[in-house]
Amino acid sequence: MTAAALQTYMSEEAGPLPFCPGCGHDRLLKELNRALTKLQLDPRKVVIVTDIGCIGLSDRYFVTNGFHGLHGRSLTYATGIKLARPELTVIVMMGDGGCGIGGAHLLSAARRNLDLTLLVANNFNYGMTGGQYSVTTPFGGRTATTPGGNVEGPMDLCATVAAAGASWVYRGMTHDADLADRIVQGIRHPGFAMLDIWELCTAYYTPRNEMNKRELIKLAEVTGMRTGAIAESSRAEFGAAYRESCAGAKKPKKTVIEKAFASALDRQIGIVVAGSAGQKVKSSATVLARAGILAGLDATQKDDYPITVMTGHSLSEINLSPQRIEYTAIDQPDCFAVISEDGLKKTRKWIARLPETCTLYADEGLPLPETKAKIKRIALAQTAKQLGKLSVSLAAVSAIVADRGFIPIDAIEEAVSRFQSRDIVEANLKAVRKGVELAKS
Amino acid sequence: MGLEFIEGNEAIARAAVKAGCNFFAGYPITPASTILSNMLRLLPPHGGVTIQAEDEIASIGFCIGAAMAGSKAMTATSGPGISLYSENIGLAMIGETPLVIVDVQRQGPATGSATKGADGDIQFARWVTSGGLPIIALCPATVAEAYELTYRAFNFAEAYRTPVFVLSNKEVSMTSEVVDLDAIELPPLVERKRPAPGIDYRPHDFKHPSEVPALSDFGGEHVTRYTTSTHDKLGFLTADPDLIQEMIDHYAAKIEAAADDLALYRYDPQDGADTLVISYGVTSRAASVAVREARKAGRRVSSLVLQTLFPVPEKALRRAMAGVRRVVAPEMNLGQYRQEIERLAPPGVTVAGVNRMDTTLISPMEIALQGELQ
Repeated sequence: MTAAALQTYMSEEAGPLPFCPGCGHDRLLKELNRALTKLQLDPRKVVIVTDIGCIGLSDRYFVTNGFHGLHGRSLTYATGIKLARPELTVIVMMGDGGCGIGGAHLLSAARRNLDLTLLVANNFNYGMTGGQYSVTTPFGGRTATTPGGNVEGPMDLCATVAAAGASWVYRGMTHDADLADRIVQGIRHPGFAMLDIWELCTAYYTPRNEMNKRELIKLAEVTGMRTGAIAESSRAEFGAAYRESCAGAKKPKKTVIEKAFASALDRQIGIVVAGSAGQKVKSSATVLARAGILAGLDATQKDDYPITVMTGHSLSEINLSPQRIEYTAIDQPDCFAVISEDGLKKTRKWIARLPETCTLYADEGLPLPETKAKIKRIALAQTAKQLGKLSVSLAAVSAIVADRGFIPIDAIEEAVSRFQSRDIVEANLKAVRKGVELAKS
Repeated sequence: MGLEFIEGNEAIARAAVKAGCNFFAGYPITPASTILSNMLRLLPPHGGVTIQAEDEIASIGFCIGAAMAGSKAMTATSGPGISLYSENIGLAMIGETPLVIVDVQRQGPATGSATKGADGDIQFARWVTSGGLPIIALCPATVAEAYELTYRAFNFAEAYRTPVFVLSNKEVSMTSEVVDLDAIELPPLVERKRPAPGIDYRPHDFKHPSEVPALSDFGGEHVTRYTTSTHDKLGFLTADPDLIQEMIDHYAAKIEAAADDLALYRYDPQDGADTLVISYGVTSRAASVAVREARKAGRRVSSLVLQTLFPVPEKALRRAMAGVRRVVAPEMNLGQYRQEIERLAPPGVTVAGVNRMDTTLISPMEIALQGELQ
């Protein structure tokens, strides 16, 4: 930027402002220009983000950057811009319509407190589409869609965003003599600042309602929506707080698995473990898959559980193969472990169609449906009693490995000791030994 | 280097970092949520931003803003979220915004089955927004491909200044597999073309319609403009039909002219094959088993696996279909891609679908039986 001060931030090339005679937008843009001229920011470091509606025509009349986005979503683009480039000054211009359709973003922006400045050009109706009512249309206000008068209560924008946590909130009117200074204040405020600027829509709202400068002032009094500073606090600005919360974040470590054992497996096998939430089904399945990888096999794993994760079934499907695994579903399991009632309930239909080549490992107490699978009863409930329910799945997986021998049991022990967190290794190795015992019994 | 056991969503997140992604916004939704959680782990140590937005509309809105301010941005969701992204995807198209959108497909419509897979969003991605402009969509079959194609999606997004879909599936994204990510061959990283300093910058400038305009970031060297409205090369609203058509032709031409560069597929022909299996995504894995078994049994079968779904790799499809009598197209939907195959099939070639969307994978046996490969 050159050293000479900019006399105006309005673009000469863009021509005169396009608004209807008497429209408040005209005055608002000129006040914003005065504010920018006072601030003397590098135009390349300023982004004016506009919403849909007549106010959406505004950005092109400035020499700064301009972003004209979808209806109600201007705050979201502004948020992305400001997070990506914190050094930019981001000013959002939205109508009262945008505050309705983009209500969730308005609340979130206030709550988040990212350093944005929002100017709401609030003229109580949709000026661009024919003067329909908006979230701020006064009670009784006549619009294209409230011919008998508005029977919805208006939204108090300032009270709403203040309650949501906006750290600088102001209400004014386009005729206010100090509006430019107030806009400067809002822009300078390090956090989310909103100025609710009441104005006249001379095309639609003024002709249908008794509305002029005096009536605007009266409306503020009658509704109790007072003008001036509404809220101000110095709570932490989001961008700075976010960056601080990330300071010292470490790059996550990879878990690399190198072949350390041999396996005589000559084809793809599928293993299913069906138990309950809290029985460590998933992590035991991962031990099995990692043990397979340690033994030079390819492996896949997928898990199934209800959205209420701490209750109901927990199901894992593991494939192991000396070749690359293509098809990952297990239509004909080779080994199937049922650990609990939940697991049984979830897989009852499946168990009934298991092939005779499958071995079904189930607790002694579980009433199994009729199946062709070879049933092997193992004392899982008793294991849970002895070692705790956190050990039962790994004991079942270890029993399968010990029984079938497709990978050495040492690989399971290695997968536990090498990849699991230190505080559970001892208990889990005990579970593995218990599984080996169960397979023998 | 080394083998890891990770799910597709982690591979997608790691590929994004590899491609230089430094901004991610998302809203929790199964089966895409673990992309958000992985990005939360991965980006901050690299100085990037990962943020959970208040909804899906904000997620993609944040990403568009960040992308136009110079970030490499990605968002991820599932079918319900794509519905909410729709309008903003149109904005990203005409704003010529580089952006990667991951759709981890789940059984729909509506809320559907949150934790179950499907490929039900194929034509939804193609026609995702009003206006009917072309789009780029890649579809991984494996965890390794999820890595490779996500990385390539960033390259395509930057090279062509456009949103790019990665159409994953719960069955790829939430299945763990063995991969060595460092052993996956990747093309060189593509960085966006930026205008020379000091020039009179026009945000959508091109001489030939297929030329991709240089992009100046918000906060960069030039004052720039971006708009959701029909605009000219300067980014100013226009009602001039000639200028409007010129821009529409440009959005289409830059992607259509790149069809060869964008066409990713694996063609495995067999001499004298009378049948061709065309597949994509996770179903291609069952298809490859079915083809292998059919060949073992003495059948002559070719296979074409598409990684790029849109723009439709027409040359590859025509070449593979030349000379066969039958095409078998298995899909985890009611036959969404079959219509693309049918319109390109030579006269006399029959196209048989193998379709199911009950949330389970289509099996090699079904493809063999229904596709008459046995």
